[in-house]
Amino acid sequence: MKALIKYLPLALLAVAWEAAVRLGLVSRDLLPPFTQVISAGWTLLTAGDLWLNGAASLYRGGTGLAIAVAVGGTLGIVMAWWRPVNAFVSPLVEMLYPMPKSALIPITVLWLGFGDGSKILLIFLGCMLPVTIGAYNGARSCDRVLVWSARSMGASRLRVLWDVVVPSAMPELLNGVRTALALSFVLLVSSEMIVSRSGLGHLIGLLGEGGVYDAMFAVVLAVAFLGFFADRLYQMFVRRVLQWRE
Amino acid sequence: MSDTPQIVVEGVSHTYRPPRGREVLALENVAIEVHRREFVALLGPSGCGKSTLLYLIGGFLPTTLGAIRVDGAPISGPGPDRGIVFQHFALFPWKTVRANVLYGLEKLGLAREERDRRAQSYIDMVGLCGFEDSYPSQLSGGMKQRAAIARTLAIDPKILLMDEPFGALDAQTRSLMQSELLRIWQRTHKTVIFVTHDVQEAVYLAERVVVLSARPGRVKAIVEARFDRADPDLFKTVPFIQKVGEVWGLVRDEALKAQGGRES
Repeated sequence: MKALIKYLPLALLAVAWEAAVRLGLVSRDLLPPFTQVISAGWTLLTAGDLWLNGAASLYRGGTGLAIAVAVGGTLGIVMAWWRPVNAFVSPLVEMLYPMPKSALIPITVLWLGFGDGSKILLIFLGCMLPVTIGAYNGARSCDRVLVWSARSMGASRLRVLWDVVVPSAMPELLNGVRTALALSFVLLVSSEMIVSRSGLGHLIGLLGEGGVYDAMFAVVLAVAFLGFFADRLYQMFVRRVLQWRE
Repeated sequence: MSDTPQIVVEGVSHTYRPPRGREVLALENVAIEVHRREFVALLGPSGCGKSTLLYLIGGFLPTTLGAIRVDGAPISGPGPDRGIVFQHFALFPWKTVRANVLYGLEKLGLAREERDRRAQSYIDMVGLCGFEDSYPSQLSGGMKQRAAIARTLAIDPKILLMDEPFGALDAQTRSLMQSELLRIWQRTHKTVIFVTHDVQEAVYLAERVVVLSARPGRVKAIVEARFDRADPDLFKTVPFIQKVGEVWGLVRDEALKAQGGRES
């Protein structure tokens, strides 16, 4: 019941969409009716296009994001723990962070071509900094008495990094990953739309150019749903990992 | 009690350098000796450097001027011979009570059964039986501090350093924890250095009270305070009240100085 009420606005939006087109308030050329979009989506699903391109996109997004989390998280924690690293790296991070990551698309294509590699590199580069900054802030906020406690119980300095600093950094690091997750969808779809021969972004671009607008809208909806679902799943995962918090 | 003191603090000064702002001389030429199995309180107004002195003995801060020796050897960093309990518990929030207590035992390299047995016995000892799988965020302040004490005692340190351990607790819990600490101390025969700004707590718990002056902290006086702590009416006895008054007199001057220093 609660879930029903929560998603009621979405249902209303779908009804309004359908009604607006059917009543002629919006031209069918600009917005195909909702039901037609759904049926076009169903066709794409059963024909396998959505699966094939979805799998390609998920592979690129997942791989790029995984590398970004691993490298970015490590970098952030190392920056917080060793001052010289911080002094060297933080000006770079500050300079690169506000840069629009989509500007990297032509560069990654130049380096790695039109295949999976360039998308993975783009997502890695684009999603790394939010994770780095989250990990850095999290590790910096690590309470010194926790470090001291571990040290007084016989943990070496390196051990403390793993036992105390990393778990202390976790809440903020995971927050950074959530930002990175959203960013990865943006980068993935836009890069696939511009330079790719597969993937959901490619499919959107292809259908748009071909004038198959109902199917194009269906893929856009599928991407939106995928993004929503990924975020939900991620938040469930975070709640589990951080269950020690109140 | 043997004649050679277990802990020797000699001519220790400490300058605190904040990331911004000017340096602060926190401790100046402090010398104290603590014997095995002794219970010593470090008492002084806030900001007098008593916690700093405790952190120096713990090896958490480097000793730059003077020397600190434990069992004749100069200390080099923290170690499991000196367990510490902090005011705000310092439990690992991501670990359950059991996992917190097990942490130090894992570092000692004990066999698994021995670790589990020892962890459980200390959890029982502080009365947290039934809360082994709770996270610190699910416990009250008093329970958190019991868990922290169990964690520190479990690794069986010779010396127990306590940094205002009951300062964050309500009055009733504090008084219960005080008698519990005395019971543990009498049973385990550890050396205890106990930092507090509460005169009555210091006189009640410690055998000797080291009164520190306002910043920079120096040893102003060392007062003997040996009472029959089993006496439930101890707080109402004349010698105890007089002793509290005597120590309070020493601390009050320093507290006033500390206040004046802040206002000027």
